[in-house]
This record gives sequence, structure tokens and C-alpha cells, in this order.
Amino acid sequence: MQLKYIDEFRDPGLAKGVVDSIRTLWGDRPPMRLMEVCGTHTVSIARAGIRSLLEGAITLISGPGCPVCVTPDGYIDAAIGLGKRPDTVIATFGDMLRVPGRISSLEKERGQGIDVRILYSPLDAVEIAAGNPEKEVVFLGVGFETTAPSIAGAILSAAERKIENFSVLSSVRTIPLAMEVLASDPEVRIEGFLCPAHVSTIIGSDAYLPLARKFGVPCVVAGFEPLDILYGIYLLLRQKKQGVATVENEYSRVATPSGNRKALEVLAKVFRECDIGWRGIGVLPRTGLAIADAYAGFDAQKKFGVEIPFSEEKTACRCGDVLKGKITPRECPLFGKACTPEEPYGPCMVSSEGTCAAYYKYGVQ
Amino acid sequence: MPGEKILLSHGEGGKKSRDLIRKIIAKRFENPILSPLFDSGLLGRLDGEIAFTTDGYVVTPAIFPGGDIGRLAVCGTLNDLSVCGARPVAISCSLILEEGFPVATLETILDSMKAAAKEGNVVVACGDTKVVEKGNADGIFITTSGVGIASDGWRPAPENVRPGDRIVLTGTMGDHQAAVLIARNRLELAAEILSDVAPLSSMLLDVLSVFGGSVRFMRDPTRGGVGVSLNEMAESSRVRIVLDESRLPVAEAVRGICEILGFDPIYLANEGKALLIVDGKSADPIVETLRKTRYGRNATVIGEVTDGSPGVLMKTVIGGLRAVDYPVGDQLPRIC
Repeated sequence: MQLKYIDEFRDPGLAKGVVDSIRTLWGDRPPMRLMEVCGTHTVSIARAGIRSLLEGAITLISGPGCPVCVTPDGYIDAAIGLGKRPDTVIATFGDMLRVPGRISSLEKERGQGIDVRILYSPLDAVEIAAGNPEKEVVFLGVGFETTAPSIAGAILSAAERKIENFSVLSSVRTIPLAMEVLASDPEVRIEGFLCPAHVSTIIGSDAYLPLARKFGVPCVVAGFEPLDILYGIYLLLRQKKQGVATVENEYSRVATPSGNRKALEVLAKVFRECDIGWRGIGVLPRTGLAIADAYAGFDAQKKFGVEIPFSEEKTACRCGDVLKGKITPRECPLFGKACTPEEPYGPCMVSSEGTCAAYYKYGVQ
Repeated sequence: MPGEKILLSHGEGGKKSRDLIRKIIAKRFENPILSPLFDSGLLGRLDGEIAFTTDGYVVTPAIFPGGDIGRLAVCGTLNDLSVCGARPVAISCSLILEEGFPVATLETILDSMKAAAKEGNVVVACGDTKVVEKGNADGIFITTSGVGIASDGWRPAPENVRPGDRIVLTGTMGDHQAAVLIARNRLELAAEILSDVAPLSSMLLDVLSVFGGSVRFMRDPTRGGVGVSLNEMAESSRVRIVLDESRLPVAEAVRGICEILGFDPIYLANEGKALLIVDGKSADPIVETLRKTRYGRNATVIGEVTDGSPGVLMKTVIGGLRAVDYPVGDQLPRIC
């Protein structure tokens, strides 16, 4: 199988050209503070060694765009509680397995006997439910706008097939309003956003226009390959230098201004907006997607009367400050000591897309 | 008999056991050391330092594109001997079979062991067969141990690695694990990916016979792939290794599957590759020699040893620098 257009976006000559253009454009101005919102960008930047290439021109801070990292421990506790009910299957994406709740994790509880299955698609959970009518199958619906349509699709499929032993414990979050909270935080001081690529394919690049206008922050939607990121950074610096703040779309080969209409329709049908807690950040109004009343039968919270408590835990773990870009992982006292990928203390170290994990894995000491 | 299955009575020591061992297993490996079926294989006098290794094989599925658990069990042990500079003399073959395992599949696997042993120029000198109740194993597990004679005057010497040395990889990364992953997940892909499982003895021993003094030490990057083996090599030599991402060989199809599934080929297992740390000046002639062999066609220099704190770094394609650490927490299926 030939997977085309990989090398094209990793071309060393072109990359050097963009880096040189960035240097020429920016001169010796103080570094611009940019946030890459999405965890996939964080990993891609670390893997390609982009920080080392642009040292001095930009300060890249990593944002809260790793769904696992912002899932509160109360959610994990609720999932474990559901898993302990008789004849219950917890179906989840693999990343959730090792996230610490308040006292345990799904991985540890699986060792104690709860039935946890790792899936690649929420639709697989519907199949498990169809094949095991005597079991209750609860899918852990964690993610952003990118995964939300497939979760909604699974609910629609279960509804259509009248599969009543399937439900979703929703912890879906949306990005643009969360970015507004960060943009308004004087401690974070964001001068430009590298907007998430996959989220933008769903919601469209226009979704960031209010943010750019309201806060005067340049926004660029960029893909995940090294050249996408470098060119996205170039566009952000250019906006800043020209004194404009608008939305530019570097990822136009996939993301459009208005997004994926079909996916947005499905989201509007199955979900409703709600306030939701972000681990380490707090409750952010209207950034959550709860299951709409028309599909209440598939809402695990309603079906089993589960509460997802949210508390702002105070520990030495500084994931919250990392997620907000206030500190880099190395400034956390636990980083690499009490908190490593083998023994994660905070969620940013658990997920492969977590900022701390990326720093730990790819950081040059 | 077609459709015949392994039964518990095949492992009970009676007539059925005897038939299985004599007619199906020992018959294939026939040689003067094994055939008397003594309780030990008598190897005769061996001249030189003896190398001794053992490994268990539990791969699922037992038969995968490009090989099977039998070929893997022979090659894995031969390669462990070879990277220590030892010429393989004899291996053992210990089988754990699950009740209900098809005899025909067992025969396929044994044929493949026989062929690999022949190719690797080694005899199966002893063996054992056990059968466990259904559910207590996964079809077939194989353990092989190997005895070899170390090359005269050559020993793995991580302590001799120094800045300026080069890292040579004998071919593309990740083929074995990619092939097994595809077989396990029944992924339908246009291109076929075959496991690289192969005996490397003759290739590596030939290199040592010519360039022995320039080869510091060798590893076969199996579980954890090139990334883990290099970290271990850097650790045992206490040096910094800097890889050049643009020179890392990966088959196009393997790269495709890695991009889709989010794997990094540097951490995928190989079963027919070796990593060599060699004197910088000899790197090119060694690569040339390797490229003339069947299993070293894609050999290449992938990096070098430099000054600096120990560890593995990578110069990325676009010119950045990053660490290559041990992977953590990947839920690796049984691949070997």
C-alpha cells in the first residue's frame, strides 16, 4: 500500500525554507507566545523537534486539547462504579484505561474483575450490546467534536436497531469556548492559536472567528504534519506582525470554513449543550455535550442514576497549570519523578497525547 | 488422518505419545544426535567458548504472513547466538500443545522448523512435548534453547564503543510486527506485508570473519524494535547515539500501516534484522558486504555515536532534534 503525501509534508528543503522565512519575518523581536490547542499537534511538534528549530522566535505552549487529560477523576470513579454493577460491560477507547480516578483506575479494576473492553469505534460497542442482550454495555463517550459524531452515530444506530442495553456515559467537550476562556486569562497571555485540525474539519474554520475578533488573537487552523505546523506558525507570526487578528486556514485540503454539515446535524440531533468540568481548569459554561432528551434512554447517567462529581482537587500535580499553558511540564515538581508514563500521577502523563507524556518521551535532556 | 486433533492422551506417555513423537516430530528432525532418542542429546566435543541461550515463543496467530511460530522459534534462537558471534551447533525443541490443536497445523509448523534449521545449519538435538487441557494454552507454545561456539577472539564489547562509531541496521524496520498485527486484526490491505523472520547466522558470522575487529557489538532488535535495542546498547556502552531519521529504512507498506494505526516503526519488532555498532571507518565496507547477502539487501548506516550524555537522540527529517526513549504502556499483543 502506498500512502501518498507523507513525504511531501515532511520535505526537509521546504521545512528549512519556512524556518528561514519565519526567522526573516520575525527578526529579533521577542518570542511570540503561541498555543497549540490539540494534543496531536503537541506530539507532532515534539516528534519533529520543532521547538528546537524555532527557539527564540516563538514560545509554544501546549493547550487542553487532549480529551483524556481534561476528563475529571469523578468521571473515572463513575465509570468504575458502573463497571461494578452485575452483567455490565464498560467499552472504551484504550487511552482511558490508565487514567487515575480518585482511588483507582479502569486498568486496576479490570484486574479485579470488572469487564472492560478496548474498542476503536463506538459502533463496536453497539455490536457487543447486540450480541450480548443479557449485558448492559456502557460506552465511555470521551472526546471533542472530532469523536462526538461517531458517538452520536452509535446512539442513532442503537436507537434505530432498538438495542436497549447500550448507553453512553457522555463526557464530550467542545473547543472554541474553552479557547475563549484561555484567551481571556491574563496569566496565560496567548498571542496566537494554532487551532486543532481534526476538530476544525467538523466545526469549520469559521468557528474561531468570534474568538479572533473578541480577543484580537490571530488563529490558524493547521494540519498535523511538520510542514503544516511550520507554515501555520509562519501565518500566525505574519498576522501578529501586520497587526491583524483573523482566522486563516492552512489545512484547507481537509477543513472547510463551514465544517462537515452532516456531522454537525448529527451532533445537533443527539446532543445538547451543557456546562462541564475540565480537569485542572474548572467548570466551563456551555463547553459540554450531554445527550439530548429524545435519546435519554441511551444516557448512562439517566439510565443508572449516576452523578459525575467535579471538584477542583488540590495536589502537588500541576496538570491544570500545564493544560492552561501556565507552566511547561518540567516546571511541575512531580514531572519525571513521582509522575512518569509508567506510574502516571496526573492525566497529562497518561495519554499518549498528553503534554507531559510528549515532553517526557521526546524531550532532549 | 485428516482433521485429526491433539488429544490429552498424546501427552500421557503411552502409545499415542510415542507415535506423535516418533512419527510426527522426531522423524522430521532426524539426525545422529536426536534419533537414538536418549534422554539427552550428546553433542560430542566442542572446541571453543560455548554460547548458550533460550527463548519461549507464544505468537498468535501461530501462522502469519511470511512465517509461523516454528520458523520463528528456530530463527529467534539462532539469531540470539549469532549476534553474540557464536556459530550455532544444536537447538532443543520443547512443545506445549493445547488439547484440540490440529495435527495438520502442527505438521506445517514442524516442517517449517525443519526448513529453518536446515537453512541455519543447525541440528535439533533434543526435545519435549506436553499437552495441556483446552483453554490452558493458546494452540501451541514453543521453547527452543541453543548451543553455539563463539568465534575465535571476538566477544561483544560494549565498553569499546566510542564517538565516531557508526550504527548499522541490516534492513527495514517493523516488518514482523506489522505482519502479525495485520493477521491478528484481519485488516484488509492492498499490499501484503510479510514477516522478516529469518536466520542471520551465516550473514553475521561472515561479517565477523572479515571485519571482526571493527564490530563492537550486535543485537537483534526483536520486541521493542530498534528503538528499545538502541537504548539498551547506549546504556550498556554509556554513549550517546544520534540517529538520522531520513536514513531509517522502512518498507512503504509498513510505513502506511504505521501512519494509519499510529505506530512508530522504530518500536516494532523485527525477527530477521541485526543492529551493529562498528568502527566508523569500516561502516561502509560492512554495509557493502551485508548488501550482497539475502537478508542484508537493505542494510544501511542509520546513525552514529557522538559525545554527550548517554541516550538515543534523533535528528528529524526536517532538521530538529528529539529524544528516542523506551516506549511505555503500549498494549502489545503477543508477537513472538
